[in-house]
Amino acid sequence: MQIIKNGVIVEDHWLHLDDEAALVDGKITVSINRWQEQHDTLSKHKDDLGLRLTGSDPLEEIVPDLASFSLIVLIFPAFTDGRCYSFARLLRDRYHYTGEIRAQGDVLQDQLFYMSQSGINSFELANPAQMENALAAFNDFSESYQTTALKPEPLYRRR
Amino acid sequence: MYQYDNYDQTMVEQRVAQYRDQTRRFLAGELTEEQFRPLRLMNGLYIQIHAPMLRIAVPYGLMSSKQVRKIAEVSRKYDRGYVHFTTRTNFQMNWPTLESVPDILAELATVQMHGIQSSGNCIRNTTSDQLAGVSADEIEDPRPWCEIIRQWSTFHPEFAYLPRKFKIAVIGTKEDRAATKLHDIGLHLVKNHEGETGFEVLVGGGLGRTPILGQVIRPFLEKKDLLSYLEAILRVYNRLGRRDNKYKARIKITVREHGLSHIRELVEAEWVHIRKQLVLDDKEIARVKQYFTEPAYEATAANDVSFSQMQTEDAAFARWVKQNVVDHKVAGYKIAYISLKAPLLPPGDVTSEQLDVVADLADEFSMGEIRASHNQNLLLSDVKQGDLYALWLRLQAEGLATANINTMADMICCPGLDFCGLANATSIPLAKEINERFDDLDYLYDLGDIKIKISGCMNGCAHQSVGHIGILGVDKKGEEWYQFTLGGSSEADASLGERLGRAIPKDEVVDTVVTLLEVFKELRYEDELFLATVRRVGIDPFKERVYADN
Repeated sequence: MQIIKNGVIVEDHWLHLDDEAALVDGKITVSINRWQEQHDTLSKHKDDLGLRLTGSDPLEEIVPDLASFSLIVLIFPAFTDGRCYSFARLLRDRYHYTGEIRAQGDVLQDQLFYMSQSGINSFELANPAQMENALAAFNDFSESYQTTALKPEPLYRRR
Repeated sequence: MYQYDNYDQTMVEQRVAQYRDQTRRFLAGELTEEQFRPLRLMNGLYIQIHAPMLRIAVPYGLMSSKQVRKIAEVSRKYDRGYVHFTTRTNFQMNWPTLESVPDILAELATVQMHGIQSSGNCIRNTTSDQLAGVSADEIEDPRPWCEIIRQWSTFHPEFAYLPRKFKIAVIGTKEDRAATKLHDIGLHLVKNHEGETGFEVLVGGGLGRTPILGQVIRPFLEKKDLLSYLEAILRVYNRLGRRDNKYKARIKITVREHGLSHIRELVEAEWVHIRKQLVLDDKEIARVKQYFTEPAYEATAANDVSFSQMQTEDAAFARWVKQNVVDHKVAGYKIAYISLKAPLLPPGDVTSEQLDVVADLADEFSMGEIRASHNQNLLLSDVKQGDLYALWLRLQAEGLATANINTMADMICCPGLDFCGLANATSIPLAKEINERFDDLDYLYDLGDIKIKISGCMNGCAHQSVGHIGILGVDKKGEEWYQFTLGGSSEADASLGERLGRAIPKDEVVDTVVTLLEVFKELRYEDELFLATVRRVGIDPFKERVYADN
């Protein structure tokens, strides 16, 4: 399938594995529950491993494991649920996670700017047909007042 | 007042372009109503009973004459020639079309205005004391801090989809004219034992269905740490606030469910991490403060004798001065309230013609600035006392000299069932009926300060739970009934009103007000104020009389 990654449309080959599905080779993501329950098995996974988080998951518990993941998927059950914006900020700012952070779920054009400012760098759009048009959203604003994942100094230090 | 630089102006213009495209996509069917809703709300656009309603932000209530003329112009061009000022010092247009909103916003952007932060589950427009910078008892002018908060909170990427709306108010005096204890965060500029100025931080206040007064989460915060502490509170709230029930989503409920001490621990733990990153440097504080320096007051203004002379010669002027004019920190200057509570007109409404006159008067008499107050009035904050008579004559000619500030006629009232999709009952017609019954100004002056607040539903937009007399519209099997509360206050001595008893049918509401005031006059000790009497005697004497007949 196609996703937006670092501002361009690319093919994506990650497999988001259900908790019940058998482990397979290749790039897979698992839920935090599965990671915590099958930690030893999953640690031996040969290919890239990713972790899926929802806004109600205990982010802090997986911080020691962050080096195991080359992808963190943040799930937005509704585009109005803004908890994962804080997750993205914390992952980048506080826990210095440099791998891919992806938005999944109710991901729409009009939230892409805020998501990218918060540290999310790849996007599975709810409606893939709108992907081409959605790219414009990254340029909605040329500046932000705040400290963001993309601009670590707030505007008031750059004025 | 603050002036946009290129950064600020570009952001507002890019916002207009963004919203123009969002409106286009909505009208083309590319965005669903559900997807478009938060986008339009975050530009101030509600869909009401009759038409859309557009709310425009007036940051901390401050406007230039140029802005006020533009407001008048857009209200003529895109609406019906009047606007409505709200309790959070914003203004609303009641009849714009959805299609015209991008054009309205583009016009307002030319005078540094916008609908950003006026609705939606984001950090809302920061409010303040309408006497900021001109009252004598001020510890420090809160407006530069409001502006610093405005910039930090505008389009904050992390906090655009909070569990619920989030309101911040800042004051610099002991007196509270901004209802700070009823805000998600209230900030009080205070001095500590060492004589340094900083903020006392309150959290968890709010009105609506569950009115709660804010509590102190930090007694003293250094000014340079303001943004990091706010960001810490917001981050804790964004993660912890309830998203399963919108009536339990405000931070007041988060604080109540988790306890203040637990919330404080979480906030302080978060704060430690981000404190350095967001420290406000002296350069930025000085940059913003330069826009709020004192104007060049004339020392000779105090020599004027006409002010006291005209009060002896013209009783109507003297009445207006007594009721609508308050002292300025500089001798020879006064602060003049322009009442938007003319009897028989909806509280807070003002016509485009009146706005043009107010803009002219501000240029002529008050340094070209106009302020809006929490009580839905306007004011001119820097008028030489020698100019007051001329100002009053001009205001009178426009129907803007109603001498009723802080009287019972200075009611706060929500739009109610006549305009609002949420309301259960009317409120503006009730305010009108009350004014019709109490049309004797001398009687009102004799009653002293009485704050009546009327809301048409339990969302409580008119803050009835903190009215000295609160009136709340409720629906009973399709009929409009009203629940009274007594003894509320939104000021420094803030308290929530106590329920008088069972709801009262619509046609008995005005009689009930009459009864309450009769009881007050009987029990009142000399010039005691209504609120003081209620607090002294309790609500029982009022209750007995109101419900005596049935």
